[in-house]
Amino acid sequence: MVAHARADHPDEACGLIAGPEGTGEPKRHIPMTNAARSTTFYEFDAEEWKREYDRMWDNDEEVVVAYHSHTHTEAYPSRSDAGIASQLGLPGAHYVLVTTKDPEIAEVRSFRIADGVVTEEPIEVTGAPEAVQSYKFAHTPDSTVYDCH
Amino acid sequence: MSIEVRIPTILRPHTKNEKVVTGEGETVGELFADLDTRYSGLRARVVTEEGALHRFVNVYINDEDVRFIGGLEAKLADGDSVTILPAVAGGM
Repeated sequence: MVAHARADHPDEACGLIAGPEGTGEPKRHIPMTNAARSTTFYEFDAEEWKREYDRMWDNDEEVVVAYHSHTHTEAYPSRSDAGIASQLGLPGAHYVLVTTKDPEIAEVRSFRIADGVVTEEPIEVTGAPEAVQSYKFAHTPDSTVYDCH
Repeated sequence: MSIEVRIPTILRPHTKNEKVVTGEGETVGELFADLDTRYSGLRARVVTEEGALHRFVNVYINDEDVRFIGGLEAKLADGDSVTILPAVAGGM
């Protein structure tokens, strides 16, 4: 996700991580095209989204993570992020925000968005910590204390 | 005339959690009117009070985005598959 966000900077990047339905496990990374090609807005390309959705449907997968980047602001859902996601969004998904405003350190935060309410949730890094050395993860939702690996 | 409609997770509360429902209609607009008789409230999530598609919903006939083929006036044929998807979008 961070590599994708870096590659598309200064435009916002967006994508998904799909996983087997009902497991909540993010297994398959699907970088998406930002049809808006904008530094301040993102929107899935409608045709590509349909293709990827059909593939997920055929594989009995669901969206586990829906991510996008902010290129100049905090890794926190904007008013329009929350508004659009609440009106018609992906209710089971973790909405992950990556900010690329700092060229050295990417911040990664995760949220649930439903009925206009944004709730931050912790990210705990597992697996190979050396692979994420320059990323900051907010892992306590109340105070947003960054855990810098 | 039977049209299969794939329902996204967020709208499944309207369809008793059915992922796929069937409906009838000559056009996408008629299809949503028909579905609303059995799946109350579904139409209003997709169609505005002014009778247009909501900005942040995508509706496809087979693989085609209906915005490019007439919107709610887009014609349906027996055996078509309609998919409703949230338009995943946002901005700072």
